[in-house]
Order: sequence, then C-alpha cells, then structure tokens
Amino acid sequence: MNIWDLAKIVFVIALVLQGVPVLVWLERKISASIQGRIGPNRTAVLGLKAAGFFQPVADAVKLLFKEDVTPGAADRFLYQLAPLFVFVPPLLVFTVIPFGNRIGEEHLQVANLPIGVLFVMSVLSLGVYGVAFGGWASNNKYSLLGGLRASAQLISYELTLGLSIITIILMAGTVDMREIVARQTRSAFLSWNLFGGGNLLLLPSGLVAGLVFYVAALAENNRLPFDLPECEAELVAGYHTEYSSMKFAMYFMAEYAAMITMSALFVTLFLGGWHFPGLVDPADTSWIGGLLSHGVFVAKMGAVIALYIWIRWTLPRFRYDQLMRLGWKVLLPIALVNLLVIAVIGVAWGER
Amino acid sequence: MKMGKFKMRLYLPAVAKGLWVTMRRFFSRKETVEYPDQAKVPRKGYRGEHRLKKDEQGRMKCVACFMCQTACPAECIEIVAGPSPWPDRDKIPVTFNIDMLKCIYCGMCEEACPCDAIELTPTYNIVATSRADKIYDLHKLLSR
Repeated sequence: MNIWDLAKIVFVIALVLQGVPVLVWLERKISASIQGRIGPNRTAVLGLKAAGFFQPVADAVKLLFKEDVTPGAADRFLYQLAPLFVFVPPLLVFTVIPFGNRIGEEHLQVANLPIGVLFVMSVLSLGVYGVAFGGWASNNKYSLLGGLRASAQLISYELTLGLSIITIILMAGTVDMREIVARQTRSAFLSWNLFGGGNLLLLPSGLVAGLVFYVAALAENNRLPFDLPECEAELVAGYHTEYSSMKFAMYFMAEYAAMITMSALFVTLFLGGWHFPGLVDPADTSWIGGLLSHGVFVAKMGAVIALYIWIRWTLPRFRYDQLMRLGWKVLLPIALVNLLVIAVIGVAWGER
Repeated sequence: MKMGKFKMRLYLPAVAKGLWVTMRRFFSRKETVEYPDQAKVPRKGYRGEHRLKKDEQGRMKCVACFMCQTACPAECIEIVAGPSPWPDRDKIPVTFNIDMLKCIYCGMCEEACPCDAIELTPTYNIVATSRADKIYDLHKLLSR
C-alpha cells in the first residue's frame, strides 16, 4: 500500500463522515425554510454562529454524554453488533466509487474492482442485516415490527434498484465503475446515462431508469415517503427505539451516510460522475483538474441530496400496502420493461 | 384538484405540484420572530396593558362615571370617586385600581368610556414580582 492509497482511504472516510453533519445541518435548514421557520441558529463556536452550522456538533456531544442503555431482555451480542452492521456498508460501497478524475497517474478512486457494480449491489444488500438485527435484538415489539418492515421494504426495493442498475450495465456494456464514468465523458450532457448514454434512442429509457432508481433509492434509505420502518406515528421510532447514546447516533449517522453513498452512486451511474461538459476536461490530469472534477462530483451529490431532502419535506408517508404495491406492481414491471427495451434497442441499433 | 384518473395514477404530476408548493414556501418570508433579540410588534388593535389618558392641559380625562366598572365582565376595576377640583366636571377618581390578574383584556372598558379616558395599549409583556404589583393604581395607570 503506497501513500496515495492511504490518503485516498482517509479522504473517502472523511468525506462520508464529515458529510453527515453537513447533511444534518442542510436537512434542518431546508426543512425550516420550507415550513417558514429559521432553523437552528444559536450554536456558536468562539462567537461564530455560522447560521447554526455547529448544531450537529452540539447534538453529537450531547449524545456522547448520554447514558448508554442496553435493555435487560435484549440479545446483548447482536444488540451491540447491529449499529456497526448498518454503518459499514455505506462506507464500503464508497471504495469503488470514482470521486474524481485523476491526478497524475492516480485515479481518484480507492479500489477499481473489475466487478465494481456487482460489488456495490452485494454490499448494499448487507444493510438490511443491521436493521433486522437491531429490531430483533432489542426484544421490543415496536423494534421488531420496524425491523421486519425495514427488511421487507429493503428486499422489495432492492430488486427494482438492481434492475435499474442492470439497465445501466447494458447501456455501458461494463460493470467497471471507472469505465462507466469514462463512457459518460465522451461528449456533452447526452452521453450521461440518464440521457441515454450517447444513444438518442435510449433517451427515454435512461430517464425512466433514472427515475426508478431514484425512487428505489429513497426506499432503500428509508426516506420519506418510504420511511415506514421508523414511522413515528405507529412504531415509536422503529428498529432503533431501544437504542440510546452513541449507538443511536450510529444509526442516525448510518442513515445519512447511506444517503451520501446512494447519491454518489446515482451521480456515478446516471449523472456522469465527476464529468461536467465545459467545466471538466477528462484529459486534464493536473492537480487543479483533479480537484475540480472532485468538486463537480460533490456538487452533483449535493444536488441529488437536496432533492432527497426537498422530497422528504413535501410528501406524506405511504401506507404499508401502498408501499408494497408501488414496489412490486408498478416499479418492478416498469424496470423490467425498460430493461427489455434497452436490450432490444441495444441488439438492433447498438454498437455491440 | 382537477386531474384525470390516469394522471392521478401516474402520481408524478401530483409530486411535481407538491414540490412546487414547497419550493414557493422555501423562498417565502420566514414567520419566526427571534423574541428576546427582536421585539415582537403586536398587530394593530392589540389589547394589552391599560392606561388612563390625559387631556391637553395634562389633567386626567376620567370623570369617575363608573361606566367601565359596570361594563367590566371580569369585575377587575375598582373606582372610588371624590369631588373634582376643576369646574368642568363633578367628580374625579380618588382611587382607580385595575386588577391585572383578573382582567381578561376584552376592551369593554375602552368601549364603555364616554370620555375616551381609558385605553388598552399594545404592551403585552405585563410583568410583576408579586400579586400586589399586579394591581395597577391610579398613579401607575396615569403614568403609562
């Protein structure tokens, strides 16, 4: 392992972990604005208020000093393990996501696995375990119901998510993440997979795949309108009802880390990764070019996440049967038909 | 909501509509008043603390007619009348107590007053450290 690899690993971990407080702050500010409030603005570091930017820091400090309760009837081992299980997959997925072009010969990506997309799909599905374990180990009916709902929901929407990822694999003709991005940098916006990956016939299919992926991603991250696993009105707080102190914070952070990873995935697969026509030159391998490409990547992620938050504070929650109907009877057939269309077009008019 | 059944089933137009609504709210005026730092301005006609008015010669306008005391539904006004030192009226109040703890700020006293002598000001933060301080006497009412 050379110094570059180490630097990239540290950078990626920092990107995800530091992204969490920023996201919490963004969420609170945006929700406040939508509801006609101001939002957090009292916390200050050395007299610097920065519009409540330090509020998540204060929250974290508060949680650190809280009592860490383990319920007497809980399965102690799984109870301790579950928060780690939800936290690791989002970090792990980030290893294969190219978060920038390259600096010199170093690609801004921790590891370029030849099975990139498959690795992402397999690791993402691990997240279910943390939620299910947490719900079961707490030995609480609300937690158990929340955990069950979460596992059912995640498994249902993973199918749709997987199918829309497969459409991308068909478009790009590869599962290599770096290659998928590289293929989207060949020309202007139309080479992004969201707009058909350079083939105009695939434009509607690309849009549909993007939409289906986005909706499934909302469900995968337990975000409104699909946040049934932690539906406060029915289940107290869902699978993390019994968790307190830093273990609760782990669940909380994992949720936001998953959002960051999912948006990074969306950007990589659909929005051309670090590419932006006219701003980033794929051939530019200087420090400035590399950092600029990373900046573009983060900006795109920010836009995707902003839409996440915006949707959350707009839509009401689905009922559970509606959720399942939408997943199995609407999104899954759409994704399947879309996959078929892309396959047929690819055979008839494609390059391969 | 004028949308066809198919359009409703599509779901996305409704989502877009909702997003448009929240987008408009996002850029609209914030309702929050940061209270201790920023004084709340009561709306016009807000009924708060009472005061007794004075005329242009600096004399109290009140003629101790007991109209406000009679009109008061909370029975918080207590007037004791005495002879007037001025020729234009018979009586003036010697004591004029308003129990702010009993008062319901309905503004009936202001409506009943024939001389336009009593008024409810927009002052809303009526603070006292004891029950006795909450009973406003003539001097206090005139000095507002």
